[in-house]
Amino acid sequence: MCETCGCSIPDHNHPAAPDSETVEVLKGLMDSNDHAAAHNRAHFDRAGVLTINLMSSPGAGKTRLLEETAKALSGRLGIAVIEGDLETENDANRLRAGGVRAHQITTGSACHLDAHMVHQALHEFPLEHDGRGTDILFIENVGNLVCPAAFDLGQHLNVVLLSTTEGDDKPAKYPVMFRAADLVVISKADLLPLLDDFSLERAQDAMHQIGLNTPVLQSAIGRQTDTGAWIAWLEQQLEQHRERTAA
Amino acid sequence: MHELSVCQALLQQVREIARSHQAEAVDAVTVRIGPLSGVVPDLLRHAFEVARAGSYTGAARLNIEELPVRVHCPKCRSEAETAPNRILCPECGNWRVQVVSGEELLLARVELRHRPEETGRSTQPDEVQHV
Repeated sequence: MCETCGCSIPDHNHPAAPDSETVEVLKGLMDSNDHAAAHNRAHFDRAGVLTINLMSSPGAGKTRLLEETAKALSGRLGIAVIEGDLETENDANRLRAGGVRAHQITTGSACHLDAHMVHQALHEFPLEHDGRGTDILFIENVGNLVCPAAFDLGQHLNVVLLSTTEGDDKPAKYPVMFRAADLVVISKADLLPLLDDFSLERAQDAMHQIGLNTPVLQSAIGRQTDTGAWIAWLEQQLEQHRERTAA
Repeated sequence: MHELSVCQALLQQVREIARSHQAEAVDAVTVRIGPLSGVVPDLLRHAFEVARAGSYTGAARLNIEELPVRVHCPKCRSEAETAPNRILCPECGNWRVQVVSGEELLLARVELRHRPEETGRSTQPDEVQHV
């Protein structure tokens, strides 16, 4: 097929028309988003805030983990949450009921947050409030294991939740999302004794199959609440972040 | 389906290039996509059909150069193609490999059309009909 006019004559090749021009670009498609993300990240660094992008499928327990995190860190560290959902203020209200500063972004029909939305949210939701600063800002992304992975928000770390009711082969089905993770949290681990189709070994093996050795933690929220390893990880990451940004 | 957002960002860049080169229109846009970018080529094609409407790009074609996932194995020093959900060395099975290609999401080139030189007379472009 002719590359110039698209006609179907075999071996037909137009000479390039004199009024056409080819511009080589080789730039990332996400340039505008990445630029806004870098701006957000610089803003977080100046304020000494560690920002964590929390991603998972819907219903894996992101909001619940944040509620428990706020309880565990209460009085020790300042927590703030930016919530992303298609509709409703429900998740932000849940967190506010527990005394957590929370801001809701409703995306309408967009299946992910992007850096511009977070930038806009930061204008309405300052990191410092009533003379109290924020130590850790969580961005709870839209529940979706596909699209959020493609958008840098300016976060320092990505945490992906994999709940035990979802199946241990999720990393093999959603390699792009799991490859973005700095930490994978196996949530609802207290259900493991009841489930015959989820094995931690298989989940870990599925991650090895996509070339990953990402740290994996378990959390259990329910009758056997256990977020100890997660809280310890957060505190360690905050300390490391403070050392990096102070340097 | 975030391909529409990606497509809108792409077209914003393309229109900016067309504007800065004082082009009349964009004939074609070529992007390079790897499977680990999270963008599905077919969905991007569909999104492009919808999103291209507007200045410069109304009749633009989208060419997608699909790149494979390639990994380098430090253990057996080989480089090979592999599947997006099997990022291991196909030679020795080692999973501590480096991804050397497959994460691309690039605008490679833009083909622009310029207005024919002003000659003072009616500038009907010579249409050449092809089958």
